[in-house]
Amino acid sequence: MKKLVSLMLSVLLIISLFSGCSGKQASSDVVKVGWIGSLTGDQAVWGISESSAVEMFFEEINNNGGLLGKKIEVVKYDTRGDGTEAVNAVRRLTGQDKVIAIIGPNSSGQAIPISSVLEEMKVPDIATVATNPKVTVVDGKVKPYNFRVCFIDPYQGAVAAGYAIDVLKFNKAAILYDVGDDYSQGLTQYFEETFTKKGGKIVAKEGFKSGDVDFRAQLTKIKDANPDVIFMPYFFKEVALSAKQARELGIKATFIGGDGWTSDQLISMAKDAIEGSYYVNHLDYNDPTVQDFKNKYKEKFGKDPELNGYLAYDACSMLVEAIKKANSFEGEKIKDALETVDIVGITGKLKIGKDSHNPEGKDAAIIKIENGALKFIEKYQVQ
Amino acid sequence: MLSWYYIKGILTLAGIYLLPVLGLSLLTGFTGLFSFGHAGFMAIGGYTTAFMMVKLNLPLIPSLIIGGLFAALASFIIGKLTLNLKGDYFCIATLGFGEAIRLILDNVQYFGGARGWPGLPLKTTLTTVVIIDIIAVILLRNIVNSRHGRNMIAVREEELASSVIGINVFKHKMMSLIISAFYAGLGGGLLATYLGFLQPKMFSLVRSTELTIIVIFGGLGSITGSVVGTLILIALPEILRSFANWRLVVYGIIVVFIITARPEGLFGGKELSFNFLKGLFKRSVSKARGEN
Repeated sequence: MKKLVSLMLSVLLIISLFSGCSGKQASSDVVKVGWIGSLTGDQAVWGISESSAVEMFFEEINNNGGLLGKKIEVVKYDTRGDGTEAVNAVRRLTGQDKVIAIIGPNSSGQAIPISSVLEEMKVPDIATVATNPKVTVVDGKVKPYNFRVCFIDPYQGAVAAGYAIDVLKFNKAAILYDVGDDYSQGLTQYFEETFTKKGGKIVAKEGFKSGDVDFRAQLTKIKDANPDVIFMPYFFKEVALSAKQARELGIKATFIGGDGWTSDQLISMAKDAIEGSYYVNHLDYNDPTVQDFKNKYKEKFGKDPELNGYLAYDACSMLVEAIKKANSFEGEKIKDALETVDIVGITGKLKIGKDSHNPEGKDAAIIKIENGALKFIEKYQVQ
Repeated sequence: MLSWYYIKGILTLAGIYLLPVLGLSLLTGFTGLFSFGHAGFMAIGGYTTAFMMVKLNLPLIPSLIIGGLFAALASFIIGKLTLNLKGDYFCIATLGFGEAIRLILDNVQYFGGARGWPGLPLKTTLTTVVIIDIIAVILLRNIVNSRHGRNMIAVREEELASSVIGINVFKHKMMSLIISAFYAGLGGGLLATYLGFLQPKMFSLVRSTELTIIVIFGGLGSITGSVVGTLILIALPEILRSFANWRLVVYGIIVVFIITARPEGLFGGKELSFNFLKGLFKRSVSKARGEN
């Protein structure tokens, strides 16, 4: 038995060694583009949507004669949402697969540690939904090979606060946030800053821990503070639970949230509890260009894309634009061209700032939940 | 063919993880105490090292040692409180400790909180890691072969009997815990300067369980097993990369297979040493002669 098992294992390992580098030698008419993100783990839903969108995008490119006369092959690796894994995956993409650029990853915790590898190997990377400002800029210095396609936490937090106080005329806000989550902490900090700067008052600030399902203790304290609006910067599952419990406790305040709310499941989970709430998103779903992508995606994969899919698609558009501009597949030239990209993607204006590597002046979309459906209210820029 | 650049990354990572694994090997394999909080010691070591390098501009090696010492200090406090707990209770206490450390770090905004601490100096190279590993292995071997090491093994085998013959059980457990926490702290420090980034999320319970899996996989009570186990289990997910979504399933199956095929782990209680190799050589030579 033991011998059999060890024999099976060795065969399996040997096969897997060679399966990675099968006879597909990079021929001269194929260039590789990498994608990394979470295909497993708790962010898998978003990662899978991204990798599907990237696959679809380059399939279209290849069917329309390729790019600069070459076909594009996408190499996708899973990171489990873990920073160390992301570093390994990027080392493999750059050292072994010799990709010209990388799309992804889908969180700041993965996007930050890969910088040193990118710089060493001179391969640019466009992150999808890594919203921490430090993904592209650390200590006032821009990281040469890190780019992104989404707006950043300070902007999103400021938009939510600005909209709550300037448009909705709420002056007393409470914050419920996830103390163990980087995204939640970031949004909380910037919401608070903008809201107080504009003369509003934070009457309560309560934390919970990732994975909690009962928020009644925190909500009771929030209820006692009697806020007009409750800011909920976390993901849709917890949003649905906490919204329901808040309404059960008789809290009448309006809820406002960030792009973590974006999911088809939010309304089906939270039902009436979430009615009349607002959240900040990256795009207007009713935009005709968005519809086009959505329908194509649905036809191919049989379900609607998640928000990440839209952003990954735009990251690809950015990359292709830069390659055409540079008229070359060299990492350094692509990087220089990426700094001058100025196009309109499906998630809005993508004008990359030279000193920030972020899309600048990207409008945020304000979405309201009305009659059990998402309603696009307006494109909003915080003043 | 795999590129050297990529392999270098995997080896560096395996070398970094070898340190906490060696520490845990002493604690679990030689002293018989299970811990699910070693990621917490790694976190303390990592953050302390980063603090020393970034805020106080100390060079790498002193920072690493201070990081290890801080982790050891934390373990001393934990040990004082919990080492008198028997078996499973100690295990649960360490689990709670590991999670507590992570949650505290999540909320210390001075270190970046949950959003992490980017821009740390990149000082860890493969050479540094290998040298530190070699020193760590030699030290650990000497500890295990010393009187203290023998006492630790005695504690593992039969706690009551060893206290009857005059071994100070508490003291030896404490020594084992402190040394293992020091090793874990060193590993955390090296990880910080290899990635240039620290985030409390990196030091979750999953990380602690991974370390324990590696120790058991390599074989309890064997330093060789820890080294080989680390190399295999850190490299395995990378070798399996091409399986994409099925990667971790295959990884799990392989680990379960090996554990069922060899419950004592790869090198349960055995060491690969120079003498052992000499004996093996002699045996095979005499065998060959006997056949002629």
